[in-house]
Amino acid sequence: MEDVKLMKGNEALAEAAIRAGADAYFGYPITPQSEVIEYLMLERPEHRTGMVVLQAESELAAINMVYGAAGAGKRAMTSSSSPGISLKLEGISYIAGSELPCLIVNVQRGGPGLGTIQPAQADYFQAVKGGGHGDYRLLVLAPSTVQEMADFVSLGFDLAFKYRNPVMILSDGAIGQMMEKVYLPDQIERLTDEQIVEKYGSWATTGKKNRERNIITSLDLKPERHEKHNIHLQEKYKKIEENEVRFETIQCDDADYIIVAFGSGARISQKVVELGRKKGIKIGLLRPITLWPFPKDIINKLADQAIGFMSVEMNAGQMIEDVELSVKGKAPVSHYGRMGGMIPTPSEVLEAVEKDIANIKKLQEV
Amino acid sequence: MAKVIGAVVIDTEACKGCDICVHACPTDVLKLNDQVNGKGYNPAYPANHAACTGCKICALVCPDMCITVYQYKPDKVA
Amino acid sequence: MTTSVITPEEIIKKGTVVFKKTELMTNNTLSYCPGCGHGVAHRLVMEVIEEMGIGEETIGVAPVGCSVLAYDFMNVDMQQAAHGRAPAVATGIKRVYPEKYVFTYQGDGDLAAIGTSETIHACNRGENIVIIFINNGIYGMTGGQMAPTTLAGMKSSTSPYGRSIPTMGYPIKMTELVAHLPGVAYATRQAVHEAKYVRKAKKAIQKAFENQRDLKGTSIVEIVSNCNSGWKMTPVDANKWLEENMLPYFPLGDIKK
Repeated sequence: MEDVKLMKGNEALAEAAIRAGADAYFGYPITPQSEVIEYLMLERPEHRTGMVVLQAESELAAINMVYGAAGAGKRAMTSSSSPGISLKLEGISYIAGSELPCLIVNVQRGGPGLGTIQPAQADYFQAVKGGGHGDYRLLVLAPSTVQEMADFVSLGFDLAFKYRNPVMILSDGAIGQMMEKVYLPDQIERLTDEQIVEKYGSWATTGKKNRERNIITSLDLKPERHEKHNIHLQEKYKKIEENEVRFETIQCDDADYIIVAFGSGARISQKVVELGRKKGIKIGLLRPITLWPFPKDIINKLADQAIGFMSVEMNAGQMIEDVELSVKGKAPVSHYGRMGGMIPTPSEVLEAVEKDIANIKKLQEV
Repeated sequence: MAKVIGAVVIDTEACKGCDICVHACPTDVLKLNDQVNGKGYNPAYPANHAACTGCKICALVCPDMCITVYQYKPDKVA
Repeated sequence: MTTSVITPEEIIKKGTVVFKKTELMTNNTLSYCPGCGHGVAHRLVMEVIEEMGIGEETIGVAPVGCSVLAYDFMNVDMQQAAHGRAPAVATGIKRVYPEKYVFTYQGDGDLAAIGTSETIHACNRGENIVIIFINNGIYGMTGGQMAPTTLAGMKSSTSPYGRSIPTMGYPIKMTELVAHLPGVAYATRQAVHEAKYVRKAKKAIQKAFENQRDLKGTSIVEIVSNCNSGWKMTPVDANKWLEENMLPYFPLGDIKK
């Protein structure tokens, strides 16, 4: 029987974490994502699956607890919102450098600084360009529905372990707080300690039984060796770019104008496509599901048919840089965004699209 | 009663010549060598080995774990 | 008397080994300065783990500081933690492997400055881990800067005229501080610069690991140590200075047991 529920995005993600066979969640309260840890504490997964849930003293502590548990081969995760993610960046860099698999959830709010508790997408750069120090990448998944909040947990863990790389779910306050129907996944059994030794014993610190000791570290004082490690990381990132690009196209087939938008921005833009088409404007929507790796090729291909692109984001214009890099000058790219927790309405986006199309046509006539 | 006697083996290449064992030894067995080792340190050596009782004090304070200590209890004269 | 004629070579051949390096220390040359107490502290931790027979079920956490490379020397599974975060990393490991032994090995800058929050809260939760805390009153690795434990009037590269209490605050007694927390089962301060202290320190470390075995909560073993390079003294003089200056302010013994 299908397990269908009406849930908040944050709660769906928390329930999905239990069902994904997660071993540990370490978190610290921050609006608008506190429902994740609240749900877990209420649900007592230690009785359901043996999953550990711990409220840490800070985001710093939480991400480092994730580091410890992930280094021991367990499925560990944390969640926070923008200012909290900034605090976690040190740990995230260590996790990336040490090649540990884990899941980090950012339910974004407006910044900079303490900003606001309203939804925003202003942490795009932080998520996809590294964020912390050093050359590293997170695999970034951008859910646009409550269903995807649930689905991306298991997917995120699978990708994290496949590549021994941290995965981020980059959500926002709107998707975290909204309630929608969600089909909950089946329960995945947690791995036993023996299974962990079998699968990850080559690197995880599970106790050095029948093998040499394992070391989890991001330090190497020899530059020759450390460069090799960096080259290895870059090769891994290249493999991820080749294999893990995910996106959704909505009415792109006959479109001559493309909106690129993710998460909440994509929900709004879907309505823009609908409204535009009612007016006879053939708009299509390209929704990156992975923000890194970015769906460059499809965007470049769409640039052969579209007269223009618009990157619709709840920020001052961040993803637009990746759209431009993908379009490679084949077509003009503009941006429409709201900031500080404001959510654009479909009609204001459509107005911007119409203006942009008019501008492009005027330039084409010249 | 037979007196307990001891001996030390010092890993000369691991020794950093910190001098702590020399000062710790209660029977003044150890000294630093005038000759340097491969790393350029003056390693400790048992200059007065016959005085060693195998008490382990040198090994207990050696930060580099260079010293192995042996003890021998000669049989009572039959 | 036959004893006087037996040669050291014969003693080595006929006698028994009464002291040798534990196999839980690797053969890598320690990266510490000559005479540094870290080596003895490393050895004691590894000897206890070996004697308790728990080497295959122990996971250690190395800090940032001089002992950042502790994993090169300690022959057990190890994780290197970000500066100050070792107790959080240890918490993460211990929570998912409650039956394994987890310890952190941290210096004073790591544990008592940048990691104060992680230390206090791991202790307050009574995390069932062992914290080994090396206090040498200085930041050794970065070149002898003032530490939270630097004594009043003590010179360092960032207190070149001596630590001024009105502007730089007091040296912090972290072990006393956490001893107040109900989650802490055992808090003790030891030293390793003389054999008599080394013996006591080992017993303390053993007790700490036994506490973990017996699910008693957090055990913290502070070891007052030297930093002859940072203090700009010979190792022997540094140990004397430690005895005369560090120990009056950081007295040895059990603070909570």
